[in-house]
This record gives sequence, C-alpha cells and structure tokens, in this order.
Amino acid sequence: MSNQSIQERVIQIISNQLGRKMEDIKLESSFTGDLDADSLDLVELVMAFENEFSAEIGEDGIPEEDSEKLRTVQDVIHYVEKRMKDRSAKG
Amino acid sequence: MKLTYPHTLALVTGASRGIGKSIAQALAQEGLTVLCVSRSEAGCQDTLAAIAESGGTAHALAVDVADPDAVEAACKTINDRWGAVSILVNNAGITADNLLLRMKNKEWDDVLATNLSSCFYWCRGLVSGMTQKRWGRIVNITSVSGLRGNAGQANYAAAKAGMIGFTKSIARELASRNITANAVAPGFIQTDMTHGLSEDIKEKILPHIPLKRFGVAADISAMVTFLCAQEANFITGQTFTVDGGMVM
Repeated sequence: MSNQSIQERVIQIISNQLGRKMEDIKLESSFTGDLDADSLDLVELVMAFENEFSAEIGEDGIPEEDSEKLRTVQDVIHYVEKRMKDRSAKG
Repeated sequence: MKLTYPHTLALVTGASRGIGKSIAQALAQEGLTVLCVSRSEAGCQDTLAAIAESGGTAHALAVDVADPDAVEAACKTINDRWGAVSILVNNAGITADNLLLRMKNKEWDDVLATNLSSCFYWCRGLVSGMTQKRWGRIVNITSVSGLRGNAGQANYAAAKAGMIGFTKSIARELASRNITANAVAPGFIQTDMTHGLSEDIKEKILPHIPLKRFGVAADISAMVTFLCAQEANFITGQTFTVDGGMVM
C-alpha cells in the first residue's frame, strides 16, 4: 500500500464510495457536480479518507472547517499532502 | 406471507428479557444471526439458551447503552468480529416513575440517557455499515406513553416521544440509501416492567383496551419482524401502535 501514491489511494476510495470507475475520476472532478455525490456521500467520503490516511494525518482526522473546502479530487490530494508536511515539520 | 431478509446480521438492545428477548428470538427464528445486547453478558444467557434450543444463532454483548464510549467501542468490536449490522432494534429501556414535583435530576437524566440517547449512539455507530450495503432496517421501540403522555412518567414519555422525532428525521436522512427507520409503540404488555403495576391500576386500564386483554411480548415481536423484512421496504418514518386498540 505504501508504494501506492496518495493520488491513487484517493481515487481508489472515491471509486469505492461512489461506485464510479477509476478512469472516470479526474483530478479536476468535483464531488457534488461531476461525481453526483450527495451530502451523505460527502460525510462518508471524509470518514473514508480519515480511515485511509490516519497514519499520515493523525487520529484526529479532518476537522469540519477543512472538509467543507474539499470540493474536488485535487483538493483532497493537496490537503493530505499539506497535512503530512505540517506533521513532519512539527514532529 | 413468507418474509425475506437479504442481510442476516441483526442487533437487539435490552435483549435479556421481556419484549427485547421476544424480538431477538423472533428474528433468530427467521434465520438471522442476532447480537443480543444487555448490561451484563450473563443477562442474555436465557435469551441465548432459548435461541440455541430452537436452532438459531445468537451472541451476547455486555454494553451500557447509556454510555457513548461503550457503544462506540462495541460498534467497532462488532464490525471487526461479525461485519456490518443490517438490522438494528433499539429496545433497551428503563423507567424511573415519579410525579413532576418529586422527580430527581437523576431520574430524568437516567431515563433520557438509556431510552433516547442510546438510540442516537447505536444508530450513529452502525449506520455506515448499512449505507455501504444500500440496505438497512432500524426499529425503535417507543411507547404509547410517548404518544399520549402518562402522569408520573414525564421523563419516560419525553424520551419515548423524542424517539419518534428522531426516527422520523433519520428516516428522511437515510431513505436514499434504502434504509428504513420506524418506531413501534407497545401499549400494556405483560413483562417484568409492567409486572410492578398494582392490580388496582391494571383493573382501571383494562376497560380502555378494546381487545380486552394485556398484550404479550410476541405481539410486539411480530410487528418488528415484519418491519425488518424486505417486504416492508415501502414503510419508513412511521410509528405503529400495538396496544389492543387503546390509542386510536
């Protein structure tokens, strides 16, 4: 799993959660617009990201004010990378 | 009618006796694996023995349903050990009757926590397993006290009425995931909980029940079993009164 890129892992989760083919999920795809996610999907997606990346971003997960800003696939990848960087800078 | 159940893991709280025991037995009879929750693991031994005797499968779990951390931990254990629960019956309940002027904070808080907050904890903990499967059944056992009020039961009636509003809200939230949520409101059912009522009170109640008898636990579990089946898939957000016609 560790040799899979963040991008691949994010897309895999979105594919599982929303029942979409991986090739249909582009970096610029927006969850509610392009991928037809509803509010319940968004909550479940965030929970799935928290689970998948708990080692990288910590057990506290993704605060609500952050999760509200995650609109596209690219947003999530950037967010996870930023959290990892902040964490390693601190640690 | 033959009832069908596409997913086979069910959880019943307050399954050690009375209505909860009957519900656990009835669901096991339908071929479901039933997780029986009560305060102590020993509490469910009777239920487990009865289910085993009739060839069913059940497991006991000791959880204080009023404790959010305990319920969260239990949900995690359940997921790891048995997988996703598809049928959840929130039946655990207590009474601490008193007139308003004499009611202690603790009597109010305990009854609200065990009857109402517990529903929230269990539903929140188990619903993601249902959304993933795109199938789920939630049945909350409320009471006629929650519909018409009952002198001496302000705490209990508030909790039971709260369960009805809770049930309607989650029915709306979860409908798109093919999860139904309903409430069942028993009237006077012969269990340990009503056993304590005086003969005098029982005599006064009977004339108000058109079917002229107190209910038995199986009257409730028959309704619950139906609501949990695939065949009940167009019914959500409702409260079903099972009380011999007392409230109508």
